[in-house]
Amino acid sequence: MQALYAQLLVGLINGSFYALLSLGLAVIFGMLNIINFAHGALYMMGAFVAYFLLSLGGINYWWALLIAPVIVGIFGMILERTMLQWLTGLDHLYGLLLTFGIALIVQGVFQNYFGSSGLPYAIPDQLKGGMNLGFMFLPIYRGWVVVFSLVVCLATWFLIEKTQLGAYLRAATENPTLVRAFGINVPRMITLTYGLGVGLAALAGVLSAPINQVRPLMGADLIIVVFAVVVIGGMGSIMGSIITGFALGVIEGLTKYFYPEASNTVVFVLMVLVLLVKPTGLTGRAA
Amino acid sequence: MTTLTDDTLPVTPRAMRDEMIAFVVMALLLASVPFTGVYPFFVMQALCFALLACAFNLLVGYGGLLSFGHAMFLGTAGYCCAHALKVWALPPELGILVGIAAAFVLSIITGYISIRRQGIYFSMITLALSQLLYFIYLQAPFTHGEDGIQGIPQGRMFGVFDLSKPTVLYYVVLVGFLAGFLLIYRIINSPFGEVLKSIRENEQRAISLGYRTDQYKFLAFVLSGTLAGFAGALKVFVAQNASLTDVHWSMSGEVVLMTLVGGLGTIFGPVVGAFAIIAMQQYLAGFGQWVTVIQGSIFVVCVLTFRRGVIGEIAHYFRRSL
Repeated sequence: MQALYAQLLVGLINGSFYALLSLGLAVIFGMLNIINFAHGALYMMGAFVAYFLLSLGGINYWWALLIAPVIVGIFGMILERTMLQWLTGLDHLYGLLLTFGIALIVQGVFQNYFGSSGLPYAIPDQLKGGMNLGFMFLPIYRGWVVVFSLVVCLATWFLIEKTQLGAYLRAATENPTLVRAFGINVPRMITLTYGLGVGLAALAGVLSAPINQVRPLMGADLIIVVFAVVVIGGMGSIMGSIITGFALGVIEGLTKYFYPEASNTVVFVLMVLVLLVKPTGLTGRAA
Repeated sequence: MTTLTDDTLPVTPRAMRDEMIAFVVMALLLASVPFTGVYPFFVMQALCFALLACAFNLLVGYGGLLSFGHAMFLGTAGYCCAHALKVWALPPELGILVGIAAAFVLSIITGYISIRRQGIYFSMITLALSQLLYFIYLQAPFTHGEDGIQGIPQGRMFGVFDLSKPTVLYYVVLVGFLAGFLLIYRIINSPFGEVLKSIRENEQRAISLGYRTDQYKFLAFVLSGTLAGFAGALKVFVAQNASLTDVHWSMSGEVVLMTLVGGLGTIFGPVVGAFAIIAMQQYLAGFGQWVTVIQGSIFVVCVLTFRRGVIGEIAHYFRRSL
């Protein structure tokens, strides 16, 4: 049973990353009509920024949690201003190709300087050790990742679904021209949205740094799984992305316990099943 | 929605004539390679990728469907062909058939699944499916995991052509490439190809005209996947191995890059793009991961400034269809 709970926890952690990443993808897709292939690379950048902050500047984990998403977010906004904005009105596939190219560049540069091996990032002192919950031993850092991710996901949901700013955002997703007619600066909102989505990816990167080590290719395979998550959940609803992300992480964790050979493939197999049964994805809106 | 290409030029006898002239020039150039001292292995490799890119282009350039998982057909056909040659000891021609058949079956299954979603979802689904296959091949015993299938016997094609001789192998690969290329050309210019283009331009209108667009897209997917499998089977004889690199997502990305550089939706673009990218990899092999960075930069530059690709720009300039 210990092993089962341990795998469930790993599943929840992976689910946190799926949720944070697919959430960002959904928000970006809503505003920019682009599937951000660079999401995995920017997640990796978040982890690296945290690593640099600690090793070069002596800036600790807690500040990194705040600063890394801001830095990567600004980097993302520069990308949006200099490149992505020129794709408005073109076929979807060009956005995918452009961001794929950006991902190759970012990952290639980091691979050149850091190879493919991982760099260690220590768990902050306050979150070291573990708790005995009676039925299992819970490493505090892992529990923290799950809780904190959940809080960030829900805060993002609240921002988009319940605030004035979120209302503008949703309106601009539906009909940008009309929203512009009301005097709202839609291009600036698009830039900020991209920054927000990318910042979420970087935040996931910082969270994963102490668990998965900091590697140039840490986001490359992850992003493909997240694509499958997005296909399963659909990008129409924020809450849908969060729930699907966590749920698939848990299913993956259970698979690791019951049938480890399939743990790499289970999300993809589920995607196939969902497509066969309900081609529009679980949240239902066709694209 | 803007269209991918601007081949608004009608299929006229003149266009057909231009394309035929270009084809003959290309065939003659390629046929003369063994007499020029150019390293034949390089050209053979490029020919396999050119055929793969042409097959990919059939789907994206004419059907408007961007597959991000075409490596799965290349790799699957490669593995099955290699297995047939090495373990079952089949002659080369049957080995190729096994590879093509495997790709055909795979494209039926994956096509049935991925055609259910449009646009951006289609790309993500094909990518996820190819990643699924990657993990299966990583664990399956017959692929030998990280090692791949190595030391594949080349044998004698039809019992006559000794494929271990580089020149013979070169012409066999060239004939295979030209046959595949002509088949794709024929498909593009058939009534089926015309309907496919109309679906790319405006699917709703095609539906309202009574075409079952899903069936057309499915058939295009199967044709494209099977032809990509043909390229994968040919590649086995050139590389004499079948490995995981051929199923990896980065391979799918390279195919996209080749086609984009040469020109999406052009007939000769994928060939030019394949030669350009393979040559680049050859010359920059010593620069390690900078090759990835350069490839990424080419993607970015092409998408931002050069969406028609090399052949697309030339064709646009001369107002010809190529």
